[in-house]
Amino acid sequence: MITLANVRKIFNQARPNEYTAVDGVSLQLEEHDVTVFKGPSGSGKTTLLSLVGCMARPTSGRIHLLGREITSLPERFLTEIRRKTFGFIFQQFHLIKGISVLDNVMLPAYPCGERLSVLKERALHLLDLFNVSQKAHTRVEWLSGGEAQRVAIARALINGPSIIIADEPTAHLDSMHSHELVEILRGLKNDRKTILIASHDPIIYDSDIVDKVVHLRDGKVDEGDTGPRTRGHLQLLKGR
Amino acid sequence: MIFHPAIIALCVASLFICLMIAYSAYYGIKIVKGWDIKSGSEQQLVLERRTYLISAILTYVFGFYLISLFLYVFTVDRLHIVFTGAMCAAGVLKVNSYGYPTLLLKIMIFIFAGLWLIVNYADNRAYDYPIIKTKYLLLLILTPLVITEMILQAGYFLQMHPNIITSCCGSLFSEGKSSLTSELASLPVVPMEVAFYLSMLLTVYLGISFHRKGEKGYLFSVTVAIAFLISLVSIISFISVYYYELPTHHCPFCILQKEYGYIGYFLYVALLGGAVSGMGVGVLMPFRNIESLTGIIPSTQRKLALIAVVFFLIFTALVTYRIVFSNLVLVS
Amino acid sequence: MERWIERQKNILDFTLSSLFRRKWKNAALALVYVFLVFLLASVIFFTHALKQEAGIILQNAPEMIVQRSIAGRQAPIPLSYIDKLKDITGVSAVKKRLWGYYYDPTAGANYTVMAPEDVQLDPRSIIIGEGVSRTRQVFKGSTMRFRAYDGKIIAFEVKSIMPSESELVSSDLVLMSEDGFRRLFDASGEYATDLTLQVKNPRELSVIASKVVHALPDTRPILRDELLRTYESVFDWRSGMALFLVSGAILAFLILAWDKASGMSHEEKREIGILKGIGWETSEVVLMKFWEGMVVSLSAFLAGIILAYIHVFFTSAAFFEPALKGWAVLYPRFKLTPFIDASQVATLLFLTVVPYTLATVIPSWRAATVDPDSVMRM
Ligand SMILES: Nc1ncnc2c1ncn2[C@@H]1O[C@H](COP(=O)(O)OP(=O)(O)OP(=O)(O)O)[C@@H](O)[C@H]1O
Ligand SMILES: [Mg+2]
Repeated sequence: MITLANVRKIFNQARPNEYTAVDGVSLQLEEHDVTVFKGPSGSGKTTLLSLVGCMARPTSGRIHLLGREITSLPERFLTEIRRKTFGFIFQQFHLIKGISVLDNVMLPAYPCGERLSVLKERALHLLDLFNVSQKAHTRVEWLSGGEAQRVAIARALINGPSIIIADEPTAHLDSMHSHELVEILRGLKNDRKTILIASHDPIIYDSDIVDKVVHLRDGKVDEGDTGPRTRGHLQLLKGR
Repeated sequence: MIFHPAIIALCVASLFICLMIAYSAYYGIKIVKGWDIKSGSEQQLVLERRTYLISAILTYVFGFYLISLFLYVFTVDRLHIVFTGAMCAAGVLKVNSYGYPTLLLKIMIFIFAGLWLIVNYADNRAYDYPIIKTKYLLLLILTPLVITEMILQAGYFLQMHPNIITSCCGSLFSEGKSSLTSELASLPVVPMEVAFYLSMLLTVYLGISFHRKGEKGYLFSVTVAIAFLISLVSIISFISVYYYELPTHHCPFCILQKEYGYIGYFLYVALLGGAVSGMGVGVLMPFRNIESLTGIIPSTQRKLALIAVVFFLIFTALVTYRIVFSNLVLVS
Repeated sequence: MERWIERQKNILDFTLSSLFRRKWKNAALALVYVFLVFLLASVIFFTHALKQEAGIILQNAPEMIVQRSIAGRQAPIPLSYIDKLKDITGVSAVKKRLWGYYYDPTAGANYTVMAPEDVQLDPRSIIIGEGVSRTRQVFKGSTMRFRAYDGKIIAFEVKSIMPSESELVSSDLVLMSEDGFRRLFDASGEYATDLTLQVKNPRELSVIASKVVHALPDTRPILRDELLRTYESVFDWRSGMALFLVSGAILAFLILAWDKASGMSHEEKREIGILKGIGWETSEVVLMKFWEGMVVSLSAFLAGIILAYIHVFFTSAAFFEPALKGWAVLYPRFKLTPFIDASQVATLLFLTVVPYTLATVIPSWRAATVDPDSVMRM
């Protein structure tokens, strides 16, 4: 279970351009659930995901992750938790150009000090799972959008995370690939992974794998819209 | 002033190190003042990130001083040609009053930097960095040492006047005269050997028992420090003599020369390594009951004790081998 | 421990592949780096080798030379002094030496002319050094003419060209018999250029030297150790000066390195951002940057040293010929005996790698501390 208590994130504190991106959010996210964060641009979705995902520390408030308080941990330990617990899928895939698909997938595991051969085996297995194993030794520049997305997912899973965080995973995919992604996410859900997604793509938040939608506005949780899937209501907001 | 390339290199590199350490100290003070682990402020994050830089710099300082120590002795040794009466580093270090203090400071800084890195290593493993303030206060002690060392070293080389007539290891470490060094040299061999082997035995025994049970850490550390000093004295008193196979030659520097297969480097590295890791156990003792460190310090200490034991055993083995197979018989 | 090694290996592996991907970007810096190491190493190797050569020569030099000086200038020494010197306790042998310089206008060069006692030559033949042979194009069996003090031309037959252990000194030598020497320079039979002394116990050298001055107040004893010392400091001073001159180059290089390390390309920044984002820790990125610096440093260092080695010991320091030696026309075309030791390498390390590493530590740390969440906003 992930608990957020009155979490606040202020950028450029005490400076003229001070900006409160997340403003007193309190939430409970269940394990093994798929939760979607939804809201207009600039509402703080990405910021909130980065706080939960141990990428940044809140300015105030408390976050408990699987029973552990992570708010006051130094970056060094946040990173350690992050790479053991979370797998990240970014909007722009963010694969490193110039090296092979396989190397990209193994990259998050390098600092963990595992033997390279063991690592390679695991990476190949994951690539196989997502049907890109035949591309293992090509450079990432040559991949199609869908392939790049699947490689990015394989990379997110290399350290065996229990929580998957995806920020706008479908922003650069056409609807066919977006549906494909939903199927992959379904598979992950069946593997009992916790999944957190920020998205304003109906293919994602209207999908039947979603257990909970959290609506954000101006860094606050829009209480009226939060709760078990409130699909119909959400349709109204889609225009924003 | 002698314009030797190695002298320029030593002075230039020292200057760089000084700048770096002063920079670290400046930010060390900021960390001590502004540290608040509970705060999620950007200021705290900035401070936290500084610690990475300071760790990196200190690691370089540590490595630098090890090489600098040997380059210093080597260069000074080379200069013996320039000074009447000097035959190796021992004499050249005496041409003015800065030579030996510089050497001593280099050794001290090396050990100190090593101990700091050990404390840093332990602290970085605790999720709340419990000894961060102590750590950076310690850094403030190291800084003046490094600056003094640079000044002394520069003074030593600047005040070198090639026509000075100096004495050398022959007279410096000979048994006739009465000076501290010659008294070290004239210490009776048998009691010295006994003291040496006793101290090594005690160190190894305490080290192994600490490794097993984690007890008597302070005692072990103090023993290591004493064993380190006894070993240094022993090098002058009898170990060097076995290497030179000359009953009257007590120089602690000549063993670094090629004629003796550079064995001195192995001896000193083993000794310094043993001293740093062994004393590291003691330095960590006051912090082992801090809650977040209880799971970290004991295992680190055990590893350190083992490393110290291995280093001291290597040292003892080298010495013993030489004593047994030397053509010289000091004790019949 | 094993984990630690694997971790280093993996990170080093990735560093190498990144470096390789950006090889052209790093090429300029690496080239400057190699050149700097080459320059410094050449200076250090060269002066050290010269010192070494001088040492070889002086090894065979007498322990003490006694010269006579009148009005502060060296003057011929009467042979009668030999017996007076022999009377000093501790002196085991005294020998006379005849030597001087001969200016050859056709070659525009100065030769060192000597009449050694231990080489048997008939009055009409000479032995010459390689340099003399080369400039005058005279070889074994040819005749070489000299103009004597009184204007007469004296012909000598070249008996052999000197085989030299160290050409540095023997290059400009002309050896002849005592007779020939006296005919050429009108040194009357009662004088020698200087005297050499051998002593029974080298430790007493300085005592004997003072006795010599006491017994013969118009003489000046010169000890071999003193010569050695002079050589040593002259060469040290020269290389020190040379280093001082290139210190500007070192500084420029450091500024370049700093600038290069701080001004990372957009692509590099993106990569570090991704690494942080996918779970690399700051210290791991610092470690990566450390390996990067090490790889660049050590390969440049190695290349520079090898080039300098070839330059100094195979081409006789061709670039330095005009600058560092004062032998002008008879510049010896010899091969220096290769000699490198750990302290030279350590010195070079301190002059290049240490400053480079320190100059790049702050920029690489800065690069390593990008926000991990920046990857989500790229
Ligand atoms: N490092 C930063 N410094 C200053 N302001 C920032 C920073 N990061 C984010 N912000 C601001 O915080 C607000 C929330 O940003 P965030 O990226 O969380 O929004 P979002 O909901 O993900 O928007 P989108 O749907 O466009 O991705 C934005 O107004 C943004 O400009
Ligand atoms: Mg966003």
